[in-house]
Amino acid sequence: MTATMEPVLALDDVRKVYPGSPPVAAVRGVTLSVHAGELVAVVGSSGSGKSTLLHLMAALDVPTAGRVRLAGHEAGGLSDRGLSGLRAHLLGVVFQQFFLLERLSAVENVAAGLLYRGVAGAERRRRARAALERVGLGHRLGHRPTTLSGGERQRVAIARALVGEPRLVLADEPTGNLDSATAAGVVALLRQLNRDGMTVVVVTHDRQVAAAADRRVELRDGRVVRDSGRDAGPGGGDRP
Amino acid sequence: MRRRPAGPLRSRFRPADLLPVAALGLRSRPLRACLSALGIAIGIGAIVAVLGITRSSQADLLAQIDRLGTNLLTVADGRSVQGREARLPVAAPAMIGRIDGVEQVAATAELRDVNVYRSDRIRRVETGGLSVRACDARLLATLDGTMLDGTFLNAATGRFPGTVLGFEAARTLGVTGNPGGPGAPAATRVWLGGHWFTVVGVLAPMPLAPELDRAALVGFPVAQRLLGHDGHPGRIYVRTAVDATDRVAVLLSRTADPAHPEQVDASRPSDTLTARVAALGATTALFLGLGAVALLVGAIGIANVMVIGVLERRGEIGLRRALGATRAHVSAQFLVESLVLAALGGVAGVVLGVGTTIGLAHLRAWPPVLPPESVWGGLAVAVGVGAVAGLYPALRAARLAPTDALRAG
Repeated sequence: MTATMEPVLALDDVRKVYPGSPPVAAVRGVTLSVHAGELVAVVGSSGSGKSTLLHLMAALDVPTAGRVRLAGHEAGGLSDRGLSGLRAHLLGVVFQQFFLLERLSAVENVAAGLLYRGVAGAERRRRARAALERVGLGHRLGHRPTTLSGGERQRVAIARALVGEPRLVLADEPTGNLDSATAAGVVALLRQLNRDGMTVVVVTHDRQVAAAADRRVELRDGRVVRDSGRDAGPGGGDRP
Repeated sequence: MRRRPAGPLRSRFRPADLLPVAALGLRSRPLRACLSALGIAIGIGAIVAVLGITRSSQADLLAQIDRLGTNLLTVADGRSVQGREARLPVAAPAMIGRIDGVEQVAATAELRDVNVYRSDRIRRVETGGLSVRACDARLLATLDGTMLDGTFLNAATGRFPGTVLGFEAARTLGVTGNPGGPGAPAATRVWLGGHWFTVVGVLAPMPLAPELDRAALVGFPVAQRLLGHDGHPGRIYVRTAVDATDRVAVLLSRTADPAHPEQVDASRPSDTLTARVAALGATTALFLGLGAVALLVGAIGIANVMVIGVLERRGEIGLRRALGATRAHVSAQFLVESLVLAALGGVAGVVLGVGTTIGLAHLRAWPPVLPPESVWGGLAVAVGVGAVAGLYPALRAARLAPTDALRAG
């Protein structure tokens, strides 16, 4: 009931300090809400803390202080198993390096996105085929990653992220390893998926990618220095 | 307090997916997988082969013992305390025959200073290491021996200069073929104690009385008449009822020579074969130890390869964590991978060991015997080794923080 009202992702004064001497404060008090249907670009130069922020948003790490809520579920204080459950059910992540398993075909790679949800193999493959159709790779189902182009590989990775119909797709420099033409195709795909109702957060240092997003959050030294959609309330991310 | 997630948001990894996911790592690097399984294969193969070969050769010995029987005893003249020959009393065979449980008794006596030659032209010193023994006609039946050729001595031939040669003695003297039989030279004779003796038969090898293999046997009557024997037996063979052997053995010395039982050696020839069976078991331990060392090396090899695999596949580990795998799921994947690796090595080792056993048993004409526990035990040990070897790499994979794993990948 509250899930529709609540943001998909809510960061409240989130901080992350890496221990050491001296300790490194990578994220210093970020407050950010992402609502269903938004396409948000988190931009910043390297060292701005955007990778750390992505890890916190993806429940791959827990903040030193502050609260992270994913679709109404408090991530702070969760055990490793608890965080794993959030990742399996609520999130899809796309990486710069694709992280495809070379021994598996495209459809098997996408099906792996459902592996830790306890979905049976046949059902995983059925949904993986549908996801690959959705990203325009219906003709590449049996191909190994090594026989695919860079853009196709990233599309396979995107299909893997969305195969579980997650509440939020996080993309970490999704175009970082692609030439600009291919990158534009991937960005167009993310926009298309967003128009179809997918909530997407892209972390990037690429202004071109950021320009494609409805809302840009600029990060510098671990703090949000500008948020083009700060005033947007619930539903503020709706398409114009 | 760490909260656990609500039911619907739990990570779930189906057991059915565990094996394919674990096999993925092996499929990615088949050569490395094969090489690291080889150590286990060699270790298990050595252990299975050693157990199989030992058991097969023991089975062969036991079959031999079964065939020959363990109910044969011998009584021999020992030496007196003063070092003089202690002859058994003339009455000893008859006395032994009266013991309850004794089925057959046969006496023999080695004739000192009597030698056998191919002819009278041979120099006296060239005895060929052969002995001449007097024996009674029941010897063949008591020993359950068989004739290679001709007939054994009987009450009649025992009175005349006729001899039966042991297997080796016949070869040494050049008596082959069919002495006395049709087609043989008119008379096969040997020069024995200064007299010509006719060869009436040749014995098959006697595994329980090897001293007879190198002997020329003559009858007691002719030994006393022509060869100066005093009639005292030197060695008595006793066949007992199967269940009476131990009881008879205890009584033999006292019965054979009541005056000087300490000078009498009573023994059981099959004991040497039984001892060989036991000795085989003892050497097995050594080879099993070597197999265990090979297994240990194999285990270290697997652990090594798995640790390298964990380091190389940090990206994959990070991805799996991002997809929702828990630490337990990741460690299970690597543990099962190690188990599969070791089990493959174990299967190969069992095949290797079984093949070696059957091959060698075939070569040696042994009955091939494979203790079933060595087969499933070998597999169990391999899997156990895989578990131990995979434990550390699996824990290491699980300990890896997802963020570190993704950065490294």
